[in-house]
Amino acid sequence: MSAERTKRSLEDDLNRLDAIVRALETEDVDLDRALALFEEGVERLRTARERLSEAGLRLQQLREAADGELKLDALDR
Amino acid sequence: MTLALPFEEAPRERPSTVSEVVASAKLVVEHALPALWVEGEISSFKAYPSGHWYFTLKDPASQLRCVMFRADARRVPATPSEGLKVYARGELTVGTKRGDLELIVRQLLATTEGGFYAIALERARQALEKDGLLAPERKRPLPPFPAVVGVVTSPEGAVWHDIVAVIGRRWPAVELVLIGARVQGDGAPEDLMRALALANRLPRLDVLIVGRGGGSREDLWAFNDERVARAVAASRAPTIAAVGHETDVTLTDLVADVRAATPSAAAEKAVPDRVDLARRLAATGSGLASAVARRLELADERVRHAATRLGGSVDRRLAATLERLRRHGTRMSAACDRRVAARTADVARLGASLDALSPLKVLDRGYSVARDAGGRVLRRVADFPAGREFRLRVTDGEVPARSEGKT
Repeated sequence: MSAERTKRSLEDDLNRLDAIVRALETEDVDLDRALALFEEGVERLRTARERLSEAGLRLQQLREAADGELKLDALDR
Repeated sequence: MTLALPFEEAPRERPSTVSEVVASAKLVVEHALPALWVEGEISSFKAYPSGHWYFTLKDPASQLRCVMFRADARRVPATPSEGLKVYARGELTVGTKRGDLELIVRQLLATTEGGFYAIALERARQALEKDGLLAPERKRPLPPFPAVVGVVTSPEGAVWHDIVAVIGRRWPAVELVLIGARVQGDGAPEDLMRALALANRLPRLDVLIVGRGGGSREDLWAFNDERVARAVAASRAPTIAAVGHETDVTLTDLVADVRAATPSAAAEKAVPDRVDLARRLAATGSGLASAVARRLELADERVRHAATRLGGSVDRRLAATLERLRRHGTRMSAACDRRVAARTADVARLGASLDALSPLKVLDRGYSVARDAGGRVLRRVADFPAGREFRLRVTDGEVPARSEGKT
């Protein structure tokens, strides 16, 4: 996973995808630009799908230790 | 001398002391009347710093002094106001100090609908409203894709498990953080406030669910505590309240950014559904494909259209060029003719002026020019070795000749 992809959130990908589809549908972009947008869209679609499948629920319990520090303890499902 | 005063006989029986009378009255009253409900209007209410309440219950004809000790008073959700109509349950006694009849109130209910709960709720609601905490424009939107979801609830209750189950099914891409708190009983408001403050200290929290399962009105009461409502309003992360069942609405529900009918519903509001999202992605994918396909089709059509137009325009241009060529041709040949004529005239003029210098004219005067077979002019004696054949140009023609050699 590239550094750029890690920084990108699923939300970024989805918003960008919407913008790409809108641009392709409505804007008078030239063909080169349209194909570049399409390629970008396919890439973002792929990363978004990967994100959906890589998920694993993490459970934790927050408590305040005696010294006032926050502690996160892992919990079982 | 002694004054003659009317003689008063001493009582024949031993007189009771005041204390004895009061004590007797106290015994009689306490034994004769069991605990009872009294209906009346609150008057002269006073809450002492000790936590005990003193007040009078009145009706148009009489009044009854009342005391409510701290342990009982603290269970009443609101302090009564002057003139409030109440039901008071307690035991009658006679106060030792004053000898007054007193009602020791154990339980106090307002006669209005909802009783003291409604009164307390309304007071707190007004206070929150005054501070703008119930304003709709204060409501924050929930983030569409949260990464960290906090849950303030009891670690023992079913709420946590319900939320884990729903989020695990819908959107497992999150970190779920339980911030445990007692949600009912004594100290529950304080514990909820502590948990809410703790949640605010998390470095990242995208949405906070505050809730508990169904229960009696008293069970849910902590969520109507004004201080708890204010702590929910102070959450840095947007909040979802889920207290009790659909029909239960607490102040916490009113203050939260989003209200959910149940804890499971809260979990559904907190995260998106990956099945929905997968469908949306599929739709986006086909939208992308068809958009680019249309774009390509459009481009193809434009190319074909351009080709047609180009063909047409080439034809037209060609015709125009030919036409121009024709026109130019005509004009050019005329020009050529003119130029040729001019040149001819020039040549004639030049020819005339050249004529004077022409060697032919010199030959006219009797000179001749000797040339070898290659046409080279022979000028010197050395050009004429003996036996050399050459041609001699005279004014009217050439004569073959041979040199005799040098004399």
